[in-house]
Amino acid sequence: MAEGPTPLERFIQGILPENPVYRQLLGMCPTLAVTNGLKPALTMAAAVAFVLFCANVMISLLRNLLQPHLRIVIFTLTIATFVTIADRFLAAYVYQMSKALGPYIPLIIVNCIIIGRCEVCASKQSVVTAGADAIGQSLGFALALASLAAVREILGTGMLFGIQVLPAAWPDWGVMVLPPGAFLTFGLLLGIANWLSTRKSGNR
Amino acid sequence: MTDIVLIALGAALINNFVLYYFVGICPFIGVSRRVEMAFGMGCAVTFVISIAALLSWTITVFVLKPGAPLTTYLAGFFMSSKDAANVDLTILCYTVYIFAIASSVQFVEMYVRKFYPPLYKSFGVYLPLITTNCAILFACLTIMSHVVGVDNPADTWDLGRSMTLAVFGGIGFTIAIVIMAGIREELQLCDIPKAFRGAPIALIVAGILALAFMGFTGVNNGLRKALTPAPVTVQTASMNAEAAKTN
Repeated sequence: MAEGPTPLERFIQGILPENPVYRQLLGMCPTLAVTNGLKPALTMAAAVAFVLFCANVMISLLRNLLQPHLRIVIFTLTIATFVTIADRFLAAYVYQMSKALGPYIPLIIVNCIIIGRCEVCASKQSVVTAGADAIGQSLGFALALASLAAVREILGTGMLFGIQVLPAAWPDWGVMVLPPGAFLTFGLLLGIANWLSTRKSGNR
Repeated sequence: MTDIVLIALGAALINNFVLYYFVGICPFIGVSRRVEMAFGMGCAVTFVISIAALLSWTITVFVLKPGAPLTTYLAGFFMSSKDAANVDLTILCYTVYIFAIASSVQFVEMYVRKFYPPLYKSFGVYLPLITTNCAILFACLTIMSHVVGVDNPADTWDLGRSMTLAVFGGIGFTIAIVIMAGIREELQLCDIPKAFRGAPIALIVAGILALAFMGFTGVNNGLRKALTPAPVTVQTASMNAEAAKTN
């Protein structure tokens, strides 16, 4: 087999250079929907990490048996199975959070990040590389969700994790925790990320 | 009738799939550069969402939910009839839905390509993309949550209400994506800072659109009040009694 990227390379790539949210613009539905607070955002990131890791490892183990024309079906069914496990687990142990996240947990099935990673990485590389790739990508995803959620929660309620961080006189920007705030915050953060990366490459 | 109107308006405008629930964002940002393309995408989504809703409602009611007729009948061969009525397959719903959506999209694509080539040319290219569109699965899940585990039998959605949600959800998606495409055509004439070109400015525009759509929330409350005067409540009560009797 040709020299593929090493596990460590794949791991680092996922966090910033190929960040699934800011760089590849994948998985935007949960990114926008669950980032009205840091806690639901981190729960979501954990669920995605679990599904991504399990699906990547499973597909990587199956990669020699995959038929090209059936691969997408196999990917989706594998992912759907793991999402069911994650969903039942959340409903059993953190019921309130599972209620709050509602349909967005099952919607992980159609999250492009996971299908994309299965297609690009796991169906071609060894188990260790695929696992490292999954961990890197999910860390990148968690980082993106956390940054978005932190901005929205601080500006929207003046709190972080339920602890007051801004002075009590802060007039809560209610719109930030409502749907429009998600679009505005993500648009601005994405623009800033683009600006920073072009400035960096310009200096080089 | 009242709840049909409420479901329809709710799905199309008040709780718009894209601008309120954030489902279907990928095509909303990706395919909204030209109005004709956006309209084609919107029609394709409406079409697929209706088929998926029909399938998922049928599967949920006849196979998946506790005490579903088909499952009870089949399980009756292996266990006592009392146990068979308690078989609950709802845990399989995600796997079943995604499989139903993926295969129906495949069949629709083949059928349209063979028998309606002009139609295939206009929106067939978007069909495979739609399989991984969250809006479709979201509609199926919403229908499921109104069919399984509802205490009051009169509140359980029948096929009519489910299809209303799906069709008007699709129409709401079309409205949102066409407005977006119209704005983006004009945006090409603007001098936007380099870092914000493409997706960032599209998201900010979507945020302003979402603000505008928030205005419909008031319509919801007013409509609910206007459409549920006393006589309707009596009628629903008698309907409840009827439904309880048939059960």
